[in-house]
Amino acid sequence: MTAVAEALSQPEGSISALSETSGRAALALRVTGTLAVVGVVATAWLGLFVTPNDVNMGDLVRLLYIHPPMAWVAFVAYGIASLSSLLYLWPRTRHPRFDRMAGASAETGVVFTGLTLVTGSIWGRPTWGVWWTWDPLLTTTALLFVLYLGYLALRRVPGDSEAVAKRAAVASLVAFVDVPIVYFSVSWWRSLHQAPTVDLTGRHLYVHGSMAWTLLLGFVSFTLVYAWLVGHRYRLSTLRQREADECLTAAVAERQQEGQS
Amino acid sequence: MLRDAALVCGKDLRIEMRSRVTLNQVVPFAAVVMLLFGLALGPDRRVLVPAASGLFWVAVLFSSVLAVQRSFALESADDAREGLRLSGLDPAGVFLGKAGAVLAELVVLEVLLAMAMALLYGAHLAGVPVLAASAVLASLGLAAVGILYGAAASGLRVRETLLPLLFLPVVAPVLLAATKAWNLALAGTPDRADGWLSVLGVFAVLYLAIGTVAFGSLMEDR
Repeated sequence: MTAVAEALSQPEGSISALSETSGRAALALRVTGTLAVVGVVATAWLGLFVTPNDVNMGDLVRLLYIHPPMAWVAFVAYGIASLSSLLYLWPRTRHPRFDRMAGASAETGVVFTGLTLVTGSIWGRPTWGVWWTWDPLLTTTALLFVLYLGYLALRRVPGDSEAVAKRAAVASLVAFVDVPIVYFSVSWWRSLHQAPTVDLTGRHLYVHGSMAWTLLLGFVSFTLVYAWLVGHRYRLSTLRQREADECLTAAVAERQQEGQS
Repeated sequence: MLRDAALVCGKDLRIEMRSRVTLNQVVPFAAVVMLLFGLALGPDRRVLVPAASGLFWVAVLFSSVLAVQRSFALESADDAREGLRLSGLDPAGVFLGKAGAVLAELVVLEVLLAMAMALLYGAHLAGVPVLAASAVLASLGLAAVGILYGAAASGLRVRETLLPLLFLPVVAPVLLAATKAWNLALAGTPDRADGWLSVLGVFAVLYLAIGTVAFGSLMEDR
């Protein structure tokens, strides 16, 4: 949650700092942010007040307007993080911007994975009668959450920025390759047990009319929220790197002056 | 590459032969874990026997964290890591060699631990070929991931706490597949374990491949 908190806690100062670097990027970020907020508010309004109850699920169906979009964003975030890590590891495309992108995207992905797990549990408790079930999709999502928590912990260890970036890129790759293996082995593990498998979509759900539009709006606006958060995190890490570089230059100049006097 | 791997593997195993740290500390630790599981689940054999292979593999996972940490503690003493980098050995060879040494240590540990399992939990060791095959494949996967993450975490001040967090979630499929394979073998149906053996094999091959390719960038400038 710190990513969101940090990104949200610097509204004005951050945008003015950004406009110094690139006015167009700042404008794009601001427009994305505005659209994201409007979209989420509209999704909430449509989901809570406009759309009808479901015949089987009742009010629970309203969670469906935010839960799948969150899961979608989480998977997109990990995909982008892994792609950026791969581009960083490839010597020809190695550039710090890919490392920063991977970090920003993975961080946002962890936030959305957490939200996916929480909303899924809230939905699962009344629907299935349990907070948690060892379904392949759930288990894979939970493992993704801890895998990328480890990745973020590794990123946070201070050190030479290039060494940190390489370590992180390898770790991201290792984590990403794990996901299909986990999914496959857990689904197989489950299928061999005689335990009742849970139909993830619950009972038959007919999505139509205002419900379909609300769900679509949810997907669009949560993707915008993702883009907005990643944009801010990316900008923050760029500024942090520049601050470190400038502090170093200043300190070197100071020492040199001391030597001359 | 393979010659370099044999050199590094021989070096690590020779150090182990002389220092006996894995044998004298990691193996007893694994035995303690098995004993503690027994205490946690109670003396009832109907509970212990079905759980035996799962407990065995959890103990192996914990011990492999220690084995990997030991493998990189060897390199941190007297700046041996710098020596390894300057020696001009192929990074892929260094990776395979270190993984090979950890594999050998884990296999020895698993043999001893399987005897402890039979002794403490009263599990009857059946289907030994499947047990052995899955143990080797699983250890190969554990060693590959362990050396990869061990290298990523080595030299960091927080390595002791960071390595388990990085390592254990990644090897979750190994725990799952190896436990299933052992369950099937112990239950007297080893021929149904083929699928799980191939899961272990695919996991090991994938991570050995990633390690061979990516280890170089972990060994470079530090």
